[in-house]
Amino acid sequence: MEMVVDARGLGCPLPVLRVKAVLEKRPEEVHVRVDSGAARENVSRLGQSMGYSVDIEVLTGGEWLIRLRRKDYLST
Amino acid sequence: MLERRDWFVVGTGLVIGILAALLVRFGNPGNMGLCIACFVRDITGALGFHRAATVQYIRPEIPGLLLGAFVASVLGREFRVRGGSGSLVRFLLGFFMMVGALVFLGCPLRTLLRLGGGDLNAVLGLAGFIVGVLGGVEFIKRGFNLGRAQRSSMLGGLVMPLMGVVVLILAVYHPVFDPQGGGPVFASAKGPGSLSAPLLISLGAGLLAGILAQRARMCLSGGVRDFILTRDTYLIKGYGAIFAGVLLANLLLGQFHLGFTNQPIAHTDGVWNFLGMFLVGLAAVLAGGCPLRQLILSGEGDTDAGITVLGMVAGAATAHNFLLASTTAGPTLNGKAMVLVGILVTVFIGQLCREG
Repeated sequence: MEMVVDARGLGCPLPVLRVKAVLEKRPEEVHVRVDSGAARENVSRLGQSMGYSVDIEVLTGGEWLIRLRRKDYLST
Repeated sequence: MLERRDWFVVGTGLVIGILAALLVRFGNPGNMGLCIACFVRDITGALGFHRAATVQYIRPEIPGLLLGAFVASVLGREFRVRGGSGSLVRFLLGFFMMVGALVFLGCPLRTLLRLGGGDLNAVLGLAGFIVGVLGGVEFIKRGFNLGRAQRSSMLGGLVMPLMGVVVLILAVYHPVFDPQGGGPVFASAKGPGSLSAPLLISLGAGLLAGILAQRARMCLSGGVRDFILTRDTYLIKGYGAIFAGVLLANLLLGQFHLGFTNQPIAHTDGVWNFLGMFLVGLAAVLAGGCPLRQLILSGEGDTDAGITVLGMVAGAATAHNFLLASTTAGPTLNGKAMVLVGILVTVFIGQLCREG
């Protein structure tokens, strides 16, 4: 089961902090919903720096779904 | 190493720094090629909301930045109308950001521009700003949150861009509504308000900077904040680039003068340079961005940022009507008192506002 973070409507730097708190528990997969370009980029950058692969899906209504997968999990 | 995205924020910073030096060359006040606080204050005065005769001029850079951000966000499919996150608290934060900036005499952007022009008083301003940001970060760590913004109707997001258009029309046609009163629109005959680059150059520079700043998410409080919170160095690279750009351009143009005294539109009271910018840093982190970022966000549909900018307008009017703004002779007693009040109020906001 992947974990879900709803970061919609949150201003900087809260989306990144919410996701960071989750990634520090090293889950295999986290899905993040964001609704601003800045949050999309910041969360993606955070994911990469913490060893997660980043996959972004454009949703309707001006939102994005960011899928973060732990890289060592992918390789096993 | 620098990735492609990093090059973009570095490039944006360099362009903004160089544009600022060029705007001074074309006629803007010294070390004030671009200054969000000063220029919003000048527009506030031009509209007659304050009566400090030396700082009244419709600076086309401000509507340029706003409309540049609007165009860039529409083209980039990022224009999103949202708001309702602690709106009036943000008005207060904008108000006090402006008060702090006018006691120091410059926003975070101008702090870098002053440094890059050799004004060593800005070292204390920058130090105060950084310490203020660190203070704000402590509140964020403890759960400070003004609440989630909600999506809302298209009209709300168009208000600030439309106000930008109205201000531009006033800048071009310069009507006088009360001939006996001499304005509005007022325009300074002497002082910083009388110094300006030609309208089209100012507007063009504002538009270009607005487009780039929107795409790069340029934010001066965000640089230190992100580095402390997540070791993310993306925005702080923009800092360095603005400084490098303006320093290099000033050296080439002969606009670099190292020292504390006789700096353009600056005073030498280190304590209040520090505390003024401390207030700006603290309030900027709680508001989610520096004055530049608020202006850019207000152009891309963020109505809370729009309210923050209007808070800055109110702060500018109050700062001059109540003699809070410093002069080149130094800070005023009223200004010192208001900075302390502002720090107190901002600390209260930081303590009390948590997501329920």
